[in-house]
Amino acid sequence: MSSATGATERRIVGWRPATVREVIRETPSATTLILDVPAWRGHRAGQHADIRLTAEDGYRAQRSYSIASAPEDGYPSITVERLDDGEVSPYLVDDAQVGDELEIRGPVGGWFVWDTQDGGPLMLVAGGSGVVPLRSMLRHRALAGSDAQARLLLSARTSDNVIYRDELGGVDVTFTYTRAAPDGWTGYARRVDRDMLAEVAFPPAESPRVYICGPTAFVEGVAADFVALGHHTDRIRTERFGATGG
Amino acid sequence: MSPITRGFRRRQEEPPEGNRLPPGQYLTRDFPVLSAGPTPDIPLDEWELSVTGAVDAPRRWSWDELQALPKEQPTVDIHCVTSWSKLDTGWEGVSVDTLLDGLDVFGAYVVVRSYGGYTTNLPLEDMTDGKAWIAYGYDGAPLEPEHGGPARLLVPHLYFWKSAKWVTELEIVETDEPGFWETLGYHDYGDPWREQRYWGD
Amino acid sequence: MDETDRTLDGNAVAGMLAEVFAVGATTATVRCAGCGHEDPLGVTTVYANAPGVVVRCRGCAGVLMRFAEGRDRVMVDMRGAAWLELHAAG
Repeated sequence: MSSATGATERRIVGWRPATVREVIRETPSATTLILDVPAWRGHRAGQHADIRLTAEDGYRAQRSYSIASAPEDGYPSITVERLDDGEVSPYLVDDAQVGDELEIRGPVGGWFVWDTQDGGPLMLVAGGSGVVPLRSMLRHRALAGSDAQARLLLSARTSDNVIYRDELGGVDVTFTYTRAAPDGWTGYARRVDRDMLAEVAFPPAESPRVYICGPTAFVEGVAADFVALGHHTDRIRTERFGATGG
Repeated sequence: MSPITRGFRRRQEEPPEGNRLPPGQYLTRDFPVLSAGPTPDIPLDEWELSVTGAVDAPRRWSWDELQALPKEQPTVDIHCVTSWSKLDTGWEGVSVDTLLDGLDVFGAYVVVRSYGGYTTNLPLEDMTDGKAWIAYGYDGAPLEPEHGGPARLLVPHLYFWKSAKWVTELEIVETDEPGFWETLGYHDYGDPWREQRYWGD
Repeated sequence: MDETDRTLDGNAVAGMLAEVFAVGATTATVRCAGCGHEDPLGVTTVYANAPGVVVRCRGCAGVLMRFAEGRDRVMVDMRGAAWLELHAAG
């Protein structure tokens, strides 16, 4: 895969077939699907893909998912969180099986991406399933052997909702639980706020690259807090996951 | 040809008896909110509805004046171009016939304008003879802002994008003027029974 | 769910933009024809509920671009954008 950003931007556009190669149940409400896409030309950490499902009666639904795998993995994977009233997410989380056929469009996105050549320190803040594109970045950092410093602040409702928990061992990660903390927990147990960021994040003097992903209100609040702490808006990138669709 | 995704189907309620769903529609149990922009926040003491344009004299109603007009409680089926339908929805409002009563009009079309800038268009005859209301109540309560409150247009026989939320003006015009979605390729008329979703349908 | 949860940002339309422009567009800069505000597309406010997708200026909330997908075509209206600056190097 070319490392020149210009070359990776010119990609096949339009819908292509994708087959589920592996199903990994991450939590009671989230599943990772590893996809087989013929002639997949790679992606950058943080990009996403559009996924389309077609029912037997021709009905189609499409949703956008961040790519969870790293570029070094050579395949795209998506991690889907089930929205109870959703139409697509319950299927992908609970029903999808190896061999199932979907369509994929992408990878897309040149804004919310990080390559090791961008350097660090890397400050990642995730609200719930907003951790998915950040996991791609952390995995890319590890597989590429980057020495950039990285920290992850992960806000989850409960510890059952933490995706990729087992992978985060080698990463400087801080959890905050907003609904119920585990027994004996002495860490943060509240929504992310400016004081927490002041304690956890790299200070402005170190000029970290900040990536924030999660629900819209979460992202806007955290981004504003970073600016208020003195970080430059040019160093902050955001991606909002809506509550639309599911 | 897209591959079929095994086991995937649209989420829907059981279809009703009889033939109440237009082609390509499915029944929904909730009331989806679709918006092209932020929900306007209009204080009732500043709210106003007007009928303007090719008429003998423009008319204007304040909120209180609208409330004082004869009200109706239509129960109607509504159909969104995005494929969901809701049957037997209950509304409260003023018939457009009441608003136009006694007015001389010199145009056959209407441009509907909303707070926030949204517009849509339809023939005047599709708003008269009991076919349209200015609705300010839904399901027994005041219409919520996300669904178009304080008041929206209600024209249930056409796709619901014609039922402009946050309505503020009905401008009578002589030639049809495509509105917000109509200028982006949506059908100029929008009859769900002839599945007129897009221009050219 | 409050009002802001109904909006996304320009990343959400990246797939559609890629079909239109064949070059990554979320890093593109857009200038509002209404108020002159400039932003990368990736941070614009997007209303992605159908019937169509509406991309709005963070400065004045005016419409920058609109998309409608249907019947195997995409309609794109960009009259609200004074210009779109696409970066060849992404």
